[in-house]
Amino acid sequence: MNIVVLVKQVPDSGAERNLRTDDNTVDRGSASNVINEMDEYAIEEALRIQEAHGGEVTILTMGPSGAAESIRKALSMGPDKAVHVVDDALHGSCALATSKVLAAALGTLNADLVLCGAESTDGRVQVLPHMLAERLGVAALTGARKLTIDGSALTIERQTDEGYEVVTAQTPAVVSVWDTINEPRYPSFKGIMAAKKKPVQALSLGDLGVAPSEVGLDGASSAVVEHSKRPPRSGGQKVTDEGEGGVKLVEFLATEKFV
Amino acid sequence: MAEVLVVVEHSGGEVKKVTLEMLTLARELGTPAAVVLGGPGTAAPLQDKLSEYGAAKVYAGESDDLDGYLVAPKAAVLAALVQSTSPAAVLLGSTQEGKEIAARLAVKLDNGLLTDVVGLSSDGVATQVVFAGSTIVKSRVTRGLPLVTVRPNSLTPAPAPATAEVSTLDVTVDESAKLARVVERKVEAKGARPELTEASVVVSGGRGVGSADNFKLVEELADLLGGAVGASRAATDSGFYPHQFQVGQTGKTVSPQLYVALGISGAIQHRAGMQTSKTIVAVNKDGEAPIFELADFGVVGDLFKVVPQAAEEIRKRK
Ligand SMILES: Cc1cc2nc3c(=O)[nH]c(=O)nc-3n(C[C@H](O)[C@H](O)[C@H](O)COP(=O)(O)OP(=O)(O)OC[C@H]3O[C@@H](n4cnc5c(N)ncnc54)[C@H](O)[C@@H]3O)c2cc1C
Ligand SMILES: Nc1ncnc2c1ncn2[C@@H]1O[C@H](COP(=O)(O)O)[C@@H](O)[C@H]1O
Repeated sequence: MNIVVLVKQVPDSGAERNLRTDDNTVDRGSASNVINEMDEYAIEEALRIQEAHGGEVTILTMGPSGAAESIRKALSMGPDKAVHVVDDALHGSCALATSKVLAAALGTLNADLVLCGAESTDGRVQVLPHMLAERLGVAALTGARKLTIDGSALTIERQTDEGYEVVTAQTPAVVSVWDTINEPRYPSFKGIMAAKKKPVQALSLGDLGVAPSEVGLDGASSAVVEHSKRPPRSGGQKVTDEGEGGVKLVEFLATEKFV
Repeated sequence: MAEVLVVVEHSGGEVKKVTLEMLTLARELGTPAAVVLGGPGTAAPLQDKLSEYGAAKVYAGESDDLDGYLVAPKAAVLAALVQSTSPAAVLLGSTQEGKEIAARLAVKLDNGLLTDVVGLSSDGVATQVVFAGSTIVKSRVTRGLPLVTVRPNSLTPAPAPATAEVSTLDVTVDESAKLARVVERKVEAKGARPELTEASVVVSGGRGVGSADNFKLVEELADLLGGAVGASRAATDSGFYPHQFQVGQTGKTVSPQLYVALGISGAIQHRAGMQTSKTIVAVNKDGEAPIFELADFGVVGDLFKVVPQAAEEIRKRK
């Protein structure tokens, strides 16, 4: 099975994140940038499928040149090769444009299965998988907590608020995963060394036949008009329990009219 | 006034609260028109509630095809409706399905999309809260009409009785939209509690709760306050509580009137999902826990003593 895993580099969600003051885009310069956490689960799932069914695993990333670091990291987990869509004109692309570019790149890769994270931690938009499927005319099985493969038949358990749905489709398909699906492996020393030699193909917009005017800030279908820091919450009253903590808690809730 | 399409979120024959919020919001932008998509017989039981909150029209799209496949058929029906009615805006719930339908709709119409919107003004400027609740963003769609997904609990729904005229949509679903078939829907224990993202009170437990069994304590307090139960990632990863109840960066974003954190340290990724709650209360035995930095009321103490006492006190007052 030929698998492509979508990997996005994002600013670390555990650190302070900012938007740039000049053009309102995500400030990647000041951030510590990491692989979007959910995508690590997609990589792990791809490797397990490869172990069971054979085939090749390719990482696909659209992002600035600095994303190369995350691509190497992804490769050190075990995938065979990577494709990096990198072009200055991409800066500030909206989700719609990103999906156009990734769909064009996928068009060159002939994947049976596209695996990706259910959402990215920076935008939290959760839209890419269906946008890609819509553009590629393939099935999208999204929000998987379990994936089983039987020949060309794919079945997922899709997590919902009430429980889960069992959804099936035939390859080719896009499958997005939650962090409940597996436990990603850590790269081994051998894996890290091997990753240095794995092929990473750079693709420009020209290579993909996408016009610069269709992407980036100029081609964006939505725009941030302004942004500001939300005033941080400040702590209120804090009491130490000396036998009356529960009662005091309820007294507070009562003054706030919750009981 | 132009119509504003509100894609109805419903479950078990009932309208979800986010729908009422969207209808309330839609009234500021134009004439609300509810769009119900589902299997045969879905629209009728929802109609009264939709009218009560100001829907002047209900577009009813009913077919087994809408129910039996993942989102693509719904997006197709909606795209046709947008093309035939040229609405002023399209609002969907910022839920998994709402975002997914919106994603396909955006591609079909080549229309910009804004997700997780908490406010939308009549000039189309949307408000979003991003980066773990730390940043407020004003944004707008620059290509096409305002297509936005609205985060549950963003505003207080207000009734505005109207008489909804029902218009039946012609649902013919192309084979190309029937690629992902839903073969089974399983309900896992949920009970009578309100849904996490819509609840006005959420009581969450963390690693400090210690075990799945001890989560009964969290549930008990939640029930006494009429709230939903949430959990930190440490608690869901440890198997104390099912994953769909996780609050935070990789879980649900909640914005209730009251959030109660029990045995939760308040890591930045947890705060990401609850930071915009109106009132926050915490119980933690570590007085230095970061959750106290945002708690309006904090009790430094052992939750196994504080929570049962609080429960008892609430019962007494009832
Ligand atoms: C990319 C990424 C995404 C993440 N997403 C999420 C997410 O969506 N949601 C989330 O919650 N976390 C998320 N995390 C994890 C997060 O960083 C924390 O590890 C997690 O929130 C900790 O959960 P906790 O507060 O329950 O556990 P801990 O940090 O272990 O805190 C337990 C607390 O309980 C207190 N305690 C213990 N016993 C008692 C007692 N008897 N009485 C009172 N207090 C007691 C302790 O003092 C402590 O403060 C994410 C992490 C990463 C890297
Ligand atoms: N620029 C990108 N390059 C590669 N993959 C991406 C990119 N943006 C999003 N994705 C993938 O799409 C998933 C969902 O992203 P999103 O719709 O942005 O929440 C992510 O988890 C990634 O797997």
